[in-house]
Amino acid sequence: MKEKIVEKILTLLAFSAIGLLLLITIFIFKEGFPVIIKTGLTDFLFSAKWAPTKNHFGILAMIISSLAVTFAAILMGVPLALACAITLAEFCPPRLLVILKPTIELLAGIPSVVYGFLGVILLVPLIRDYLGGPGLSLLAASMILAIMILPTITSISIDALQAVPLLYKEGALAMGATHWQAIRLVLLPAARSGVVTAIILGMARAIGETMAVIMVAGNALKIPVSLIDPVRTLTSTIALEMGYSAGDHRTALFAAGIVLFIFIMALNILANLLMRKK
Amino acid sequence: MGWKQTYLFLFLVICLTALGCSSKSTSRSHSLTIAGSTSVQPFAEKIAEIFMEINPKVVLNVQGGGSTAGIKACREKAAQIGTSSRELRPEECDLTKQIIAKDGIAVIVHPDNPIKNLTIDQLRGIFSGKIRYWSELGWIRKPIFFVNREEGSGTREAFEHLVMKKQEVSDEALVQDSNGSVREIIANNPQAIGYISFGIVNHQVKALSINAIKPTHESIKNGQYALSRPFIFVILGKPEPLTQKFIDFILSKEGQQILEKEGLVGIH
Repeated sequence: MKEKIVEKILTLLAFSAIGLLLLITIFIFKEGFPVIIKTGLTDFLFSAKWAPTKNHFGILAMIISSLAVTFAAILMGVPLALACAITLAEFCPPRLLVILKPTIELLAGIPSVVYGFLGVILLVPLIRDYLGGPGLSLLAASMILAIMILPTITSISIDALQAVPLLYKEGALAMGATHWQAIRLVLLPAARSGVVTAIILGMARAIGETMAVIMVAGNALKIPVSLIDPVRTLTSTIALEMGYSAGDHRTALFAAGIVLFIFIMALNILANLLMRKK
Repeated sequence: MGWKQTYLFLFLVICLTALGCSSKSTSRSHSLTIAGSTSVQPFAEKIAEIFMEINPKVVLNVQGGGSTAGIKACREKAAQIGTSSRELRPEECDLTKQIIAKDGIAVIVHPDNPIKNLTIDQLRGIFSGKIRYWSELGWIRKPIFFVNREEGSGTREAFEHLVMKKQEVSDEALVQDSNGSVREIIANNPQAIGYISFGIVNHQVKALSINAIKPTHESIKNGQYALSRPFIFVILGKPEPLTQKFIDFILSKEGQQILEKEGLVGIH
């Protein structure tokens, strides 16, 4: 009897979480759609003119900025994260692993505003002095994001590498491969889907990050043409203008949220599919 | 054991309910929410602090959110007083407004920047992206980084109205979402220029003269300084006694003195 009740309560709670997700989805779409219909989907997605108080709702510059920041972060973050993962999974004595893995995961626990603050104080002046531009830039944002996605990619990759049956590695070593050859030719390919999943989840984290990006990206609305140009991502726009928006402006921010939502959903679904394939 | 827990739980619920009720009944008569412009917020907080010292039973709750949000909150009765750092739009004029002070918009640069004066036309040139290098204004040949506020900000709206006229701010502008963060950028970058509330200017940055008039209390008060705007309280319908008392306090000699001390310009 008691067993049954607990079971029911747990099920109810679980479904309420899913219901919440559904409600959020419905709400975002309901709030955001009117302005997309009003502006027209092409104008909304492919115009770079964003002046919501003057009825221009083009988010092209932000889409490009979001993607640029994310890909640059992946380019910088993935080698670092993979190096970490391989070292921790293969070269590191188990006793050290017990300390190092939680330490890297601790990076994920640092609030993003702290990353942003460090970026403003340390990174931005360096970029301004050595590379030119205002310092607040695509480069600064993607460097900060590269560090922020490090723990996600590292820890999932470690799990993927450790999930490869020991037989594979032993086989490779028995064939005369060196340790590095075994990793490169056998372990990494075998763990590929897990590693790719890790990267995709890292991307989802990067594209959704807001606070740190607002602080170091400069938030200019222009489409960036170089790494030292300031950029404004979709998330920054929503967070920057949310407090002041009213009417169509508010709706347009929700519409930007829809685009973001679709991006992140697509990335997550992709990650799930890849994981299942494994 | 199970029963004990149930009783404890019920007891807690009753306690919390009682707490909730009691705080509600006090809140009805002794608390006031003031929401709106982030430019007005620090000044409203200061006044509220002193008002609460004088009237210890009263709880004043000062929130930001922006002029538009403040006016909206006032209309939706989420706040008794909405604050705005811009004139009301025609569709907002059904609310009762009270100007509480005037604020200058200071155009600021890094203290190392030798430029002391700009005309409105030059300022418009910079923010519309036509004047791109400091050399065009008589300094080194380095690019100008101009910092704008986010769309919807009262300060930005006032700046666009007073400086940009019909022109638009270039989309190359850096954007920051508060006076403080604009000041922070200017203080750290010798090539940057931006605009903030006169009351927020400190030693980290240098305020420029506009059309050869320095922003000072006097020049803002007598209207000589070109970039100034009103700080407004709006209320919906007839004010409750506490609301009225607070507004009276701000408009009193004492209240106005506090605002002046914080860097605003009084209305009397």
